[in-house]
Amino acid sequence: MGMTITQKILARHAGRDSVAEGENVWVDVDVLMTNDVIAPQMIGVFESQAGSDAPVWDADKVVLIPDHYIFTADQHAHRNIETMRDFAKRKGIRHFYDADFLPEGFQGYTPCYESPLETDYMGVCHLTLPQKGHTRPGELLLGTDSHTCTHGAFGEFSSGIGSTDGAFVLATGKLWLKVPASMLFTFSGEMPPYLMAKDLILHAIGEIGADGATYRAMEFAGEAISGLNMDERMTICNMAIEAGGKNGIIAADEVTERFVRQRSDKPFETVFSDSKADYVSAMEFDVSAMEPTLACPHSPGIRATERQVEDVEIDRSYIGSCTGGKTTDFIAAARVLRGREVRAETFIVPATTEIDAELDRLTIGGRTLRQIFVEAGCKVGPASCAACLGGPEDTFGRANEPLTVVSTTNRNFPGRMGHAEARIYLASPLTAAASAVTGHITDPREMIDFDRTIGAA
Amino acid sequence: MGEKIRGKAFVVGDNVDTDQIIPAMHLVYDPSDPQQRKLYGRFALSGVPVEQSGLPDGNVPFVADGADKSEFAVIIAGRNFGCGSSREHAPLAISEAGCHAVIAESYARIFYRNSVNGGYLVPLETPLRLIEHIATGTEVELDLSEGVLTDTAAGQNHKLNPLGDVAEIVAAGGIFDYARKTGLLESK
Repeated sequence: MGMTITQKILARHAGRDSVAEGENVWVDVDVLMTNDVIAPQMIGVFESQAGSDAPVWDADKVVLIPDHYIFTADQHAHRNIETMRDFAKRKGIRHFYDADFLPEGFQGYTPCYESPLETDYMGVCHLTLPQKGHTRPGELLLGTDSHTCTHGAFGEFSSGIGSTDGAFVLATGKLWLKVPASMLFTFSGEMPPYLMAKDLILHAIGEIGADGATYRAMEFAGEAISGLNMDERMTICNMAIEAGGKNGIIAADEVTERFVRQRSDKPFETVFSDSKADYVSAMEFDVSAMEPTLACPHSPGIRATERQVEDVEIDRSYIGSCTGGKTTDFIAAARVLRGREVRAETFIVPATTEIDAELDRLTIGGRTLRQIFVEAGCKVGPASCAACLGGPEDTFGRANEPLTVVSTTNRNFPGRMGHAEARIYLASPLTAAASAVTGHITDPREMIDFDRTIGAA
Repeated sequence: MGEKIRGKAFVVGDNVDTDQIIPAMHLVYDPSDPQQRKLYGRFALSGVPVEQSGLPDGNVPFVADGADKSEFAVIIAGRNFGCGSSREHAPLAISEAGCHAVIAESYARIFYRNSVNGGYLVPLETPLRLIEHIATGTEVELDLSEGVLTDTAAGQNHKLNPLGDVAEIVAAGGIFDYARKTGLLESK
């Protein structure tokens, strides 16, 4: 019997020829990532279990990325960044993207970096990892954040874990994993210019529900997927956890390899599913017939087409996060917002400083993306996770009241963006931008004047 | 294992995610500081919308205002308990509140792993939709070795699913102790 790409990667990392669904295997980890909200707990467990002088298993395989609570006056949040700093120094961890503009012991609201090009700080971990060359096909990456499934977009196994599991990897380089059954999602047909990866994945999650892939691998394939650039493929895999998936994965191709080779000089081996691989389910979607799609309050699994909810008035539009704050997302939003003004308060948050710099470099019709956003009346914040997960009350874009928000983020359970009664509609950046202009949920087809898919490879 | 947990049940619905179990704004407390660790107990399940908190009637806080410990001994939940983020502060918060067992129809996998590998609480699965049979405040007894929940007043027994292959990790008290027991890690 053949194996899926997920099974093959797990087998290889368990030192085995093959593994079967449901087996527990001990695997070797290639990269372990953690961020500022989880690091203190993980370090605490590591030091109490392994000892405070214990070395980490491989300092070059550990990546520390402060990104969650950066721009805030919360003193505990500042302390968490200092905890990472201290740990990186003591353990000799060089892949540390420090918020170097935050002085030691600083009191008050964090000052912003002066230039996105002149700081070690990157921002959202799931974009920092690929942009800094830590993602490669065939590898096994674990991170202490549920959206670590994002990196399956590079043809690798990646999954989110907790802090005790993280501490265990830190000590041993190993972890036990149950081999998941794989679900195959094939997206066929030609991608219309008004759709983006977010529409596709929200459609799929709506089909199976917010727990429809629990304990399972979600493998994405088909011509509509291979036609997407890496930003868009990451949007797809990022959302696997919103259906409960253990990992999302897309086989690497020349688009993946080009991206990775520009950023990493380590060798890697691309892995593919066998043609006779065993899938627990196989679904096929024709993207040419799909509509702009949203997830309604309060679950990523409550699907609606734009037409079903277009009367909903919104207070706010939010464009940011690991799934919706990438360069491609901002190009899409700028195509809609160029020469228009927003009626709903609109927040723009680039995921990383690299993407922040792109807002000044990329132009449409002679205006930079940043100029387009500012001229449309949007508020543009510094790179971080910001209000995607609420965070401290002074977080940029946080819903501190029961607002109705259209958001390009990935999760809309009660309280996710702050207030427990805020109503969050998840949507593509095209839909979020079009809705910002009208003040109600709006089909981007009403506003676009282009005929090519924005996120094309 | 082998012990019995007695006390009141606290009932919640489906898809109770980690933001409801411990809202993200509270993740700043350092769990290795005993005083700050207590705060996780204080805010456990504080993000559950009030009308969903303590079913069937709602409006029951899991932890009384200003307290660090819950008066409830067992959480009974519907499907997909602990979905959302990977924060281990979720099982930690429930455990800090003094509650060491959850019975749900199903779990999100990261929450399940964290509960077991971190040794915070025992996540048990029920084949029956218990949230329709047991109300918040009902006195229950959970026999962990037999995998049975008893509604004490009604004298009714509910058989729970066996823990399966994580039973050894639960018995060891977490992944580090399990690894020491099985020789993967050297003993302390």
